[in-house]
Amino acid sequence: MEIKEIIRPENLVYKRTPLLTDANLSYCPGCGHGTIHRLIMEVVEEMGIQDDTIGIAPVGCAVLAYDFMDIDCSQAAHGRAPAVATGIKRLWPDKYVFTYQGDGDLAAIGTGETIHACNRGENITIFFVNNGIYGMTGGQMAPTTLEGMKSSTSPYGRNNETMGPPYKITEMIAQLQGTYYVTRQAVHKPGPVRKAKKAIRKALEIQKEKKGLSFIEFVSNCNSGWKMTPNDANMWMEEHMFPFYPMGDIKVDGKLVNG
Amino acid sequence: MKELALMKGNEAIAEAAIRAGVDGYFGYPITPQSEVMEYLMLQKPEERTGMVVLQAESEVASINMLYGAAGTGKKVMTSSSSPGISLMQEGISYIAGAELPCVIVNVVRGGPGLGTIQPSQADYFQSTKGGGHGDYRLIVLAPASVQEMADFVDLGFELAFKYRNPALILTDGLIGQMMEKVELPPQKERVSEFDQSWVTTGKTKDRERNIITSLNLDPDLQYEHNLKLKAKYDSMEQDVMFEKIQCDDADFILVAYGSSARICQKVVELARSKGKKVGLLRPQTLFPFPGAEITRMARRVKGMMAVELSSGQMVEDVKLAVNGRVPVYHYGMVGGKIHSPDDVIEAVEEKYIGGY
Amino acid sequence: MAKAKGAIVVDVERCKGCQVCMVNCPTDTIGMAAEVNGKGYHYAYMKNPESCTGCTNCAVVCPDGVITVYRVKQN
Repeated sequence: MEIKEIIRPENLVYKRTPLLTDANLSYCPGCGHGTIHRLIMEVVEEMGIQDDTIGIAPVGCAVLAYDFMDIDCSQAAHGRAPAVATGIKRLWPDKYVFTYQGDGDLAAIGTGETIHACNRGENITIFFVNNGIYGMTGGQMAPTTLEGMKSSTSPYGRNNETMGPPYKITEMIAQLQGTYYVTRQAVHKPGPVRKAKKAIRKALEIQKEKKGLSFIEFVSNCNSGWKMTPNDANMWMEEHMFPFYPMGDIKVDGKLVNG
Repeated sequence: MKELALMKGNEAIAEAAIRAGVDGYFGYPITPQSEVMEYLMLQKPEERTGMVVLQAESEVASINMLYGAAGTGKKVMTSSSSPGISLMQEGISYIAGAELPCVIVNVVRGGPGLGTIQPSQADYFQSTKGGGHGDYRLIVLAPASVQEMADFVDLGFELAFKYRNPALILTDGLIGQMMEKVELPPQKERVSEFDQSWVTTGKTKDRERNIITSLNLDPDLQYEHNLKLKAKYDSMEQDVMFEKIQCDDADFILVAYGSSARICQKVVELARSKGKKVGLLRPQTLFPFPGAEITRMARRVKGMMAVELSSGQMVEDVKLAVNGRVPVYHYGMVGGKIHSPDDVIEAVEEKYIGGY
Repeated sequence: MAKAKGAIVVDVERCKGCQVCMVNCPTDTIGMAAEVNGKGYHYAYMKNPESCTGCTNCAVVCPDGVITVYRVKQN
């Protein structure tokens, strides 16, 4: 069959969602942010909720997320996104409100806001992109940087003794009553991408049920910060990040999966 | 034997900190000053001098770590940039209220809000007029070269300990990022004895307990404290620092600090080449402000122009000092953009009194 | 049941040459072009077009969403 016979409108099986703007993504080649943005916008499109959705962008590489997502967005100060989201959702309880945050935003400076929004069980969704590094500011150590991992402020490798070990904020907030759905996903291969998309859909649907906060951690790559090619970064991530930050559901329907 | 190096302003701050015998640095990444902490981490100062360097979880945490350590008499510092310095304001007010010495570096970027990462001088009000709540002042140093970035670290600590007050090094992204030759200061010993009249290092049998606090529930005590602070700030006048470039025969004076002053040096050259008697007064301390010198100059010039990377902050202090004697103009570049000498010359020519 | 016949169209100027699609293609259809696009990236293209089954793995994993996928079912 000729290629031009295949490439016909009636044979279309996949194209980029129109809810991503025309702007070229500013992320590095291979960065998981692009994939995650796309999945969220695909779900918003499929659910038909573009006119009822408000996103909150963080400080970090995704500070410009509002340039790429064709929805109303608010840009929050570093770490304050869950508080900003609370302000919006409390006054607009029927809107879909989500935060999109990196590891510094959510687990360093924003720890207080993260814990309290989770504890109060705000009916929002938190999308947490964990790549174990501060990409935007030049590759400094993050609270989720692994022991021994090099960064510009741990140039000899993270020393747990002097810098503290990495911590799993996702498991921590899952303990709080206010969190209803907590899961950890990845977007580096087609299988995980499809699972991640289902998780995003589930998380946003939960906002309708008003049962509590839905939280998805995406373990992702930062090939620039880690100084590797995208594919090498994805392999490194599987080998090193996944054992410490394991994939899968941590809390479903308000109950911890592992008791 | 001079020790010379070619480095970025941010790196010079870090290297100078190690050499000044600084005991601790607590900070958080933010553009355009992350190099300060990155350089410190790379140098392994715990091996060079035993200096502690810790990346805190936020600027709020950093300034409070500083407050704790400063209360024990140790030499501690932090660095950040405008939005991060905003976060530190509460902590800085506490440090000033409790009369603790420390050095804070602000590598200013464009604002307000998240702003830009390009240089600006729009934190002048925040730095010199309080920034945080309450009746306090910071010692504010304004370097205009990589050499001054290095020199002002030790000077900052000297003044901070002399007055038991926080000192702020107010610089900007341009000086933080540019590379120049710098003569590095010699290594100082870290201090090992601390003034037992106020530090919280453990109450020994020979003294009363020390309390670090800024709380005074009794208004009479707070009154006395505020008067004491005011007297302290007034006495800082003796440590004012400024540089005068071709001011002696000038009839028009530019007032500028930091990177704006570097540009104005060229403006003076250009103006002089056209026969205009322009001079430059470059404050090196913004608090204490060289107001007395400006008042003196106002008696023999025809006008002054404050040139800054903001829509008009330092110009107010110039106007106060001139006190209506001569016109005070303003040239302000905003948005993180930098004015060129030609931009300023045009403005000067418009306002210059004296003609050709 | 016979394999589906597929084809992909890559938005050449948007592609950043990250190669994530290439390693996730189950039929070794994708390669990176010797030419570069306007940004200097070697963009993805179908080097073995007859192998493409239109499975959408490449499109689904692409961080920049530059791939459009077509598929015809054959009986």
